[in-house]
Amino acid sequence: MLKDNDRIFTNLYGHSERFLSGARLRGDWEGTGNLIKKGKESIINEIKESGLRGRGGAGFSTGLKWSFMPKDVGERPHYLVINADEGEPGTCKDREIMRHEPHKLLEGCLLAGFAMGAHVAYIYVRGEFYREIEVLQHAINEAYDADLIGDNACNSGWKFDVYVHRGSGAYICGEETALIESLEGKKGQPRLKPPFPANAGLYGCPTTVNNVESIAVVPEILRRGASWFSGLGRPNNTGTKLFNISGHVEQPCTVEEEMSIPLRELIEKHAGGVRGGWNNLLAVIPGGASVPVLPRKLCDNVLMDFDSLAEVKSGLGTAAVMVMDKSTDIVAAIARLSAFYKHESCGQCTPCREGTGWMYRMMERMVTGDAKIEEIDLLEEVTKQVEGHTICALGDAAAWPIQGLIRHFRPEMEDRISQFKSTKVA
Amino acid sequence: MPSIKINGRDIEVEEGLTVLQACEEAGVEIPRFCYHERLSIAGNCRMCLVEMEPSPKPIASCAMPINDGMVIHTDTDLVKKAREGVMEFLLINHPLDCPICDQGGECDLQDQAMGYGLDKSRFLESKRAVKNKYLGPLVSTIMTRCIHCTRCIRFAQEIAGVPELGATGRGENMEVGTYVEKALSSELSGNLVDLCPVGALTSKPYEFKARSWELVKTQSIDVFDAMGSNIRIDSRGSEVMRVLPRINNSINEEWISDKTRHACDGLGRQRLDRPYVRRNGKLEEESWDGVLSVIAEKMINTSPKRMAAIAGDLVDCESLVSLKDLMQTLGCNNLDCRQDSGAFGNPRSSYIFNSGIKGIDRADVILLIGCNPRWEAPVLNARIRKQYLNGAIIGVIGPEFDLTFPFEHLSPDLKEIKNMLEHPSEFSDKLAKARRPMLVLGSGALAREDGEAILGAARDLAERVNIVNSEWNGFNVLQRAASRVGGLDLGFVPKTNKDLGTREILRAAEKKEIDVIYLLGSDEIEMDRLGDAFVIYQGHHGDAGAHRADAILPGAAYTEKNGTYVNLEGRCQRALRAVFPPGEAKEDWAIIRALSERIGKKLPFDNLLQVRERMSEVNPIFSNVNKISEASWGEFGSRGEIKDSEFIQPIENFYMTDVISRASATMAECTEVALAKKEKAA
Repeated sequence: MLKDNDRIFTNLYGHSERFLSGARLRGDWEGTGNLIKKGKESIINEIKESGLRGRGGAGFSTGLKWSFMPKDVGERPHYLVINADEGEPGTCKDREIMRHEPHKLLEGCLLAGFAMGAHVAYIYVRGEFYREIEVLQHAINEAYDADLIGDNACNSGWKFDVYVHRGSGAYICGEETALIESLEGKKGQPRLKPPFPANAGLYGCPTTVNNVESIAVVPEILRRGASWFSGLGRPNNTGTKLFNISGHVEQPCTVEEEMSIPLRELIEKHAGGVRGGWNNLLAVIPGGASVPVLPRKLCDNVLMDFDSLAEVKSGLGTAAVMVMDKSTDIVAAIARLSAFYKHESCGQCTPCREGTGWMYRMMERMVTGDAKIEEIDLLEEVTKQVEGHTICALGDAAAWPIQGLIRHFRPEMEDRISQFKSTKVA
Repeated sequence: MPSIKINGRDIEVEEGLTVLQACEEAGVEIPRFCYHERLSIAGNCRMCLVEMEPSPKPIASCAMPINDGMVIHTDTDLVKKAREGVMEFLLINHPLDCPICDQGGECDLQDQAMGYGLDKSRFLESKRAVKNKYLGPLVSTIMTRCIHCTRCIRFAQEIAGVPELGATGRGENMEVGTYVEKALSSELSGNLVDLCPVGALTSKPYEFKARSWELVKTQSIDVFDAMGSNIRIDSRGSEVMRVLPRINNSINEEWISDKTRHACDGLGRQRLDRPYVRRNGKLEEESWDGVLSVIAEKMINTSPKRMAAIAGDLVDCESLVSLKDLMQTLGCNNLDCRQDSGAFGNPRSSYIFNSGIKGIDRADVILLIGCNPRWEAPVLNARIRKQYLNGAIIGVIGPEFDLTFPFEHLSPDLKEIKNMLEHPSEFSDKLAKARRPMLVLGSGALAREDGEAILGAARDLAERVNIVNSEWNGFNVLQRAASRVGGLDLGFVPKTNKDLGTREILRAAEKKEIDVIYLLGSDEIEMDRLGDAFVIYQGHHGDAGAHRADAILPGAAYTEKNGTYVNLEGRCQRALRAVFPPGEAKEDWAIIRALSERIGKKLPFDNLLQVRERMSEVNPIFSNVNKISEASWGEFGSRGEIKDSEFIQPIENFYMTDVISRASATMAECTEVALAKKEKAA
């Protein structure tokens, strides 16, 4: 279990002052100017060495991502874009950061922006986070007033501006290139890659898009050193992580924990355990709606990190743990996710536009059992036809939960189909 | 040159290609829907997925740039599966109504479903249905068939320059449309129908008229503007069913204007299908024999000085050379192929588009003088727009129009040309500093009384700012009439100063100094100024000319004869006959040849080949078919003063400029919509 002094987000629950005075007491903005003086290379290297992997779901090395930006700023300015369009079902970690630790995010923006040569950061916040945007904007104003950002950020000589942009509630705008399109004022639809944003992103300029959590942990890593961060968790899965535990647990919560904590320990220590005890557990979706579900037997020993969850053909995603006990209609639960993806597909590319609707309609019939056994295979084949054939990862995200369901709960589905048949006959 | 491996075969390809283009070069077919070489890459249909080592996922080949050493597979199971998958997805919500779909038989979706799809449907749910949209009188929509390739959206935005189409809604609720329903305000909207790979956008005037396989396809040349767009005429029996573009990168790429495409229904209306002679003020039906006798008698008994001939805008070069030869053997040189009396000079370079249409693609600064290319040559305008998008600077002298791209409006007054010549301005500096500056002089400017002065001033400006040099000639006249350059090349103009041109012919006729006027398809002159002259009208439509005529010789429209046309850049092109002229109407050169025999001055040719030999004799450019012949530079125009007079629009209504489009119901409908739009705006 994470020791208290290893905790990064010490005001996660908003027990103390969230604005500048409180943030300074917690150590934010301490010696930021000196960190900048270390230079770009050193910051990027430190982050690389810390092993920090992106917290938005894909888990790509943050330091490596930053190093893709052109070394020198040419004619086109560099941009840092913060993805705060937190829309993944079950996920509520970035919201807590913006709500109660906004200065961690802002300080991270400055350091990351400096490291990649950006003078401007845009924070693209999910439109529904109305109060959070108010808090964030207030924190930005405070930071400007205290010269922490602005023309001479933290006395470093680096000019740095931060703008908040409100989204309009489309899930797809959390995809980095769709987010860029939306930020430019266009319809939020993912772009083709290549070119990658580091080459041609916002307004065609080199851009890095990072998740709120990835950026908010940066100052602490730089202050405490890469080795401290990489000493937590397992190799390749280092540091601390915010976990959101929801569903059939006694106390749903958001908690900062060490990476690679066993799933069972996470649920039992922090969320008061599964409703009705561990044996009453049916399944867990360990990383937000987009990753395949895990049945109980896999939950017993799995560790909550990228590699361990990948081994059981699921993923860490955003680390939003959704717990379902035996009272759950697992088919209906996954069908609900299919409805979500059908609703949120942007409609640009064929497999996702057409496939999400088809999968959703089949899933709806699977819920009642109004289908043939062979249709389970058809359903699985359709998920395979969507997976990997789309412009962005939404197609994959729509396919995986169904694949997980079929992989682990096929007997359930078959039972339901035969039951439906027999009641119809009767 | 990067070398890549496609299906185990090494090939070298040009830098900057995409995988799809490289595969094409290697002769490997890649199915596609959204990709179109003249539009930006969307990459959304996913039909072109191929395997690229070492990527575990297939990649969209239309969007992936080539890298040296790339290894591509297009024949693996993974690719086959991916194509089948995409094909199935496209079909689940596509109505399988091919038997009643106008696109049937020429449908990309149909063809590719046969080639790459599964042979049965596994989709058991209900299909999507989408409400149809109104896009104007030319484009019919059956939106349920839409596969969301966004070609139409990209065409409207990028080529036509009217960003009126877009996608609304998300996921399977995504719909293509204009949001607020209205007719597209583009003169190129018919091209949307060609671009649509399925039957979602089809041609409204052609709706349910014919099936593609019943049509006879004839290669031809367009006559509604001077571009000489390459077209294909699809006919059934004696009727022209539709007109489609042919690809010619030097001229029209693969676009044609809405008038070119849709005025063809005018070919079946108001036709002159038999000879007439006016007796006691009334036109009476007459036989060929009779009408030729009446005309021959008139012409034999009239002094050549009191005769004149004017040729219209749609006339082919064969008839022009025949009529010119006939009139000249009679001793009459009062000839003109310029209904608008547009100024021109002696060297050929004074009346053609010297840089060539393709030259626009290389121009970096373009000065438009007294023209509205959007109406005078919509496809050429799209090409200027393309060059604007590539960074060219555009300036305009003369009235201001919405040209679909922004420009610097230098002055509404054509005197600005002289000004620029005398006092270098900011824009003339830009021209002088440009690598390939270009000047486009409109036919409306040249048709003014001071046309000679405008031509001269423009010529001098061209020399002053380096528009003309040893490697580049950017002095361009934007002709409007399909017959103009050919007519000038054949010398269908007054021979000397004493001979009369259109302007003088009308003046003389008013004073009753002209007794016989031969109108060869000429309808756009002021008929009430012809006095009491005996008017012979040879042409195909009962329009202004036939209305005034004393004798009518029914001729053939451009689809009904083998004709030669020289386009505005001086390219000689041949059109083939698609259908026969209606009734007793005949090919025009043959009518003139028959008349010459009656008059007793038999023209020395008996067949088309001999007419064409005669044309080459008059001007060797006519043996240089499909190519542009060199035009030397020289002295032309006058140094006179450019007057204060107001600029008169040569085209008031884009949709009705000639006898065919004036007879077309479709064009009438377009006019109505355009007028309504104008009124609403005002």
